[in-house]
Amino acid sequence: MLIAARGLFATFRPGDWLLAGAGLALVGGLWLRQADSLEGRVVVRVDGQVVETAGLRLNRVIEVAGPLGPSRIEIQAGRVRVVADPSPRQLCVRQGWIPPGGAAVCLPNRISVENAAAGYDTLNY
Amino acid sequence: MTPSTIELTASAEDRRIAGLAAAAIGLTLAEAAIPLPIPGVKPGLANIVTLLVLYRYGWRSAAWVAGLRIIAGALVLGQFLTPAFVLSLTGGMMSLAILAVAMHLPRRLFGPVGLSLLAAFAHIGTQLWIVDAWLLPGVSILGLLPLFLGAAWLTGLVNGLAAAHLLGKPSRTESV
Repeated sequence: MLIAARGLFATFRPGDWLLAGAGLALVGGLWLRQADSLEGRVVVRVDGQVVETAGLRLNRVIEVAGPLGPSRIEIQAGRVRVVADPSPRQLCVRQGWIPPGGAAVCLPNRISVENAAAGYDTLNY
Repeated sequence: MTPSTIELTASAEDRRIAGLAAAAIGLTLAEAAIPLPIPGVKPGLANIVTLLVLYRYGWRSAAWVAGLRIIAGALVLGQFLTPAFVLSLTGGMMSLAILAVAMHLPRRLFGPVGLSLLAAFAHIGTQLWIVDAWLLPGVSILGLLPLFLGAAWLTGLVNGLAAAHLLGKPSRTESV
């Protein structure tokens, strides 16, 4: 086994090692960058600062405190909406379920909820 | 009416290219039967043949074999002139272009594995670019990059090793 492996890698020349290493570094770098991206998650911001991120798969209620008071955000069956908010016009609550790729903004409570899930199905292509 | 005689004479090179292209088409068909979880990721085994031909018979023959394989393979699989065919064609053309340059790199430093890796990255890079510009405009394909480039790295490496292994053996086609 070891001898077979050595025979295999004997065909590597210095430039090959270089290219393989560079390729691996590129892929690894992209992967790491990807790992901390917010794609596919629910992102809650207060004053533009991310205070909470959550996956869509787990049903839960998130309470976030804005300048006017607490807002309640509900994740239910893969969807997300703002249930309650102290803002006077209730625009973000009445918006209902937030579509993938969409966002609800609660003003003047300075809270935004973004559904950062991809809004398309690549498999259909 | 005089009977017209059109005679097509196939040279030895024509026969060789046809035979090698047939081998490449066979590999394309065989790998189409392999179930793969993600659309767009496949091993690209026919590129082993392209690399072999490049080393044994030069770039012109390699381009013929790859071109015939892409068109005939698409015809057999029912993909001719579909987006999949366009991706296969553009990826193949860019790989050949890169190989045309890379084959002049010093042989002492760069072997089949390096060339295979370069071709694989050229192939997937072009395809993702076409997807971004034409098939999924306005959608960020950045999220797909690690997956597809990782697959290209692995298949490029494995195909290059396979080609290097085969190049180490005496050629059978030369005795035919």
